[in-house]
Amino acid sequence: MSSAFVQMLQAVLLLLLAPLATGFVATCKARLQNRRGADVMQPWRNLRKLFGKEVVMAAHASWIFRTAPYVVFTATVMAASVVPALLVDTPLSLTADVIALVALLALARFFLALAGMDIGTAFGGMGASREMTFAALAEPAMLMSIFVLSLGAHSTNLTTMINHTLNSPFALHPSLAFAMVAMLMIAVAENGRIPIDNPGTHLELTMIHEAMILEYSGRHLALMEWAAMVKLMLFATLIADLFMPWGMTTDASLVGVAVAFALWIAKLAGLLLALAVIETSLAKLRLFEVPEYLSGAFVIAFLGLLSYYMLEVGA
Amino acid sequence: MMSALNLALSACGLALAAALAPSLVHRPDMQRTTLSLLLALTGLLAILAGMAGLLYGGGDIVLPLGLPWLPMHLRLDALASFFYLVIGALLLPVAIYSQGYLRGESHLTPLAIFLPLFVLGMLGILASDDAFTFMLFWELMSISSFFLVTFKHQHAENRKAGFIYILMAHMAGLLILGSFAVLYAASGSFEFSAMRQAEISPFWASVAFLLAGFGFGTKAGVVPLHGWLPEAHPVAPSNVSALMSGIMLKVAIFGFIRVVWDLMGPGDFQWWWGTLVLAAGSGSAVSGVLLALQQHDLKRLLAYHSIENIGIILIGLGLGMLLAHFGHPMLAALGLIAALYHTINHALFKGLLFMGAGAILHSTGSRDMESMGGLIHRMPWTAVFFLVACLSISALPPFNGFVSEWLTFQTALLAPQLGGALLTAIVPFSAAMLALAGALAAACFVKVFGVVFLGHARSEAAAHAHEVDNWMKLGMAIPAVLCLALGLLPVLFIPLMDAVPQSLLQVSLAGSVHAHGWLWLTPVTAAHSSYSAPIALAGMLVLGGLAFWLTHPKGTSIRRNVLWSCGNPHIHARMQYNATSFSQPLRRIFAPIYRPEVHAHSEHSRHKVLANQVLYVVHVADLGVKYIYQPIGRFTLFTAKLLQHEHQRGIHAYLAYTFITILFLLAVYI
Repeated sequence: MSSAFVQMLQAVLLLLLAPLATGFVATCKARLQNRRGADVMQPWRNLRKLFGKEVVMAAHASWIFRTAPYVVFTATVMAASVVPALLVDTPLSLTADVIALVALLALARFFLALAGMDIGTAFGGMGASREMTFAALAEPAMLMSIFVLSLGAHSTNLTTMINHTLNSPFALHPSLAFAMVAMLMIAVAENGRIPIDNPGTHLELTMIHEAMILEYSGRHLALMEWAAMVKLMLFATLIADLFMPWGMTTDASLVGVAVAFALWIAKLAGLLLALAVIETSLAKLRLFEVPEYLSGAFVIAFLGLLSYYMLEVGA
Repeated sequence: MMSALNLALSACGLALAAALAPSLVHRPDMQRTTLSLLLALTGLLAILAGMAGLLYGGGDIVLPLGLPWLPMHLRLDALASFFYLVIGALLLPVAIYSQGYLRGESHLTPLAIFLPLFVLGMLGILASDDAFTFMLFWELMSISSFFLVTFKHQHAENRKAGFIYILMAHMAGLLILGSFAVLYAASGSFEFSAMRQAEISPFWASVAFLLAGFGFGTKAGVVPLHGWLPEAHPVAPSNVSALMSGIMLKVAIFGFIRVVWDLMGPGDFQWWWGTLVLAAGSGSAVSGVLLALQQHDLKRLLAYHSIENIGIILIGLGLGMLLAHFGHPMLAALGLIAALYHTINHALFKGLLFMGAGAILHSTGSRDMESMGGLIHRMPWTAVFFLVACLSISALPPFNGFVSEWLTFQTALLAPQLGGALLTAIVPFSAAMLALAGALAAACFVKVFGVVFLGHARSEAAAHAHEVDNWMKLGMAIPAVLCLALGLLPVLFIPLMDAVPQSLLQVSLAGSVHAHGWLWLTPVTAAHSSYSAPIALAGMLVLGGLAFWLTHPKGTSIRRNVLWSCGNPHIHARMQYNATSFSQPLRRIFAPIYRPEVHAHSEHSRHKVLANQVLYVVHVADLGVKYIYQPIGRFTLFTAKLLQHEHQRGIHAYLAYTFITILFLLAVYI
């Protein structure tokens, strides 16, 4: 198999498996809460239903409102297709390094927030305001934890970073532990999960993501929802790539890709199960405790950086 | 073919001609056209001079002007050429924009005289090759811009801003003069060529660095010396604000690079110089954007963003200085390139934003964001250009702001071990501050675009706004296109700038940047980091097109309907989130920094729940103004009051002053 084919394959897989991942979290949560819950295919059924529905739009919505779903969706998918999932050295991974990946997600968020402001309802503005505020606090923490990883590899290219981890002897690095904790905290926040935001609620005064997409319907809503699912998948894959890349294949052979695929699914299942456990066992934070959570993540990542310089340089 | 220097000189000459034109042309309409035309040509010549200087090298010339023993030395090197390019790239569109913006202005003469003089001052500073010429043009720039700030001097607010501006401009000038004095003492000459050669002791080098840093830092608006900037930029006419924010601050950056990187040189750098610049840059970036978030005057908000962006430029420069000191010239060159790239980017998008703000002001008569809304429907072109600028300044791909911030991140991340662990940790920490500033800027521009252009109109004026004329549209379209071009094709542009690190650090980045062809930007090697905006954009366009095509089954159209409002038939425009409410979470999170003063007042008739009117005013003070500017202003006024008795004496007192001065000079010289 050529590496371009594997690249296409993993991008399509990310896109198709994303609703299943979200469904998997929902199912796990339901079981943990002693409910039956819907099966993992439910998000796919929801998307199919939404794609078939008519779009109803406010009379004065501008072109920003109509284009935002496409921008949000494509920027998120573009970011996701840059992340190596099966093959370490994919052709597209040169397009954007980790910083550019974060920036693509920021582009999606920018349009999401603008769409929230476009209709002129209080809910939309509220969601936009909160989303941008918390994103602003999450971004330095996220980059700081990425810095910790990139310092060892001397690179921000995902391929080089993964190769560095694969080729260096296994050792317990305190800096990596700090970075991983910070990254997990940020991933929860970025995806609007408990304890930051509750994806399961509608029309609640503390909602963030839902508040921005409240006015969407039909295929626009489907694209927005799908983008959010892809983003969850992206973060899970990114964490798997950065902290436990073992099993990813360096050549595009059939066996290698098959093994990498099986391990990828296993890692994702583990991470998503952990998310379900966290969501079940924690309560949602008060809105103004979120900054403390995020600055906590930043401090943890910074400790990782300091411990890298003090304990690991030259060692 | 004309040499780069001749092109630069003709640009200066044309600016001078434009300043003299009002003596011949009196009708406002004619004045406006001459001004715009001559300034546009000046801009064009400056672009050509910059390009020629960067590609084929500049030159120098000695003009028999100025003091008898010190003729005017002019020289166009790579650094000056680059800044000629920056000035030209913004001056040309602003001149075109002015043709539309100044229509209907009846008293144009002061503007028609001082705007070209202001441009001449800036062009002269770049080309000057001795300290005297430099200061001469520096003062020309400062004083002529004072008259531009006070153009609408009928308003007391503008006169106050003008006073603060001229005060700080002169304080800055005094400090810069001090740094030249130190360099003069070391070299024995006012000429820059002698200063470059002179040996200077580490102590005096540090004194000169501090004087230059504070002097140029004040002019560039570095926190906490920034207080004049948010006062002066909003009150000037918008085309002038675009130039002041887009270019004049860059001239201060140029002065800093000229004195510290060129006249003293990387050999003199000490470890704490770079650290100080880095700290000042990070501090300015974060506090600039935090203060910007709390503004609701559109132009004032943009002025605070200039402080943020100057901070980002300084982060690049500071990293470069640290790396140069620790012997990594290649990485230092990367930091310098990142700073310069951000310089031209900021000139373009901030110029564009101020022009957009001017278009809005022109059309609604207001700078207050709380009275706008829904302008995207009535000013569609302005909205598109403004959106491009918002995306660029928020450092979002595929626009230009992202490229320079990305390069700054790369410089910080690739920095190897420097000195101790703490010093090394400062570098990524400043990168994190850069990330915070970038993300807060995105929040701020969601607020700006959302409140101004989206939603419902919050006032009659906003509801009846009209699109601006074609001149103004063209003036805004040029920087918008350049923002995208610089974002997509940095690989073609960086080799052009490469002459600057070649002359200052004797290293070239062109090889590594270009190594993978025009598609891939690879500052060091592809294994370290790479970014390809064209591929990202192409990928997004293909994906977006596919998504659009696949999700549109035949015959489905969008149904428009009234907004669902929980059954309440009357939706009031004031129910929307506005600028103040958008930034409320940040005001609460950063309350210890902001120290907001809240005045809440409600009037109720019978019961306290039945309020007739609620008034909520929140004010965030700028601590820099409160603790630095006001004391300096008070001190100046106080000493002026003391001296005013002395200067109202009779003729014999003046004779005595003269006599004492002569005695003093004789005593000093003999």
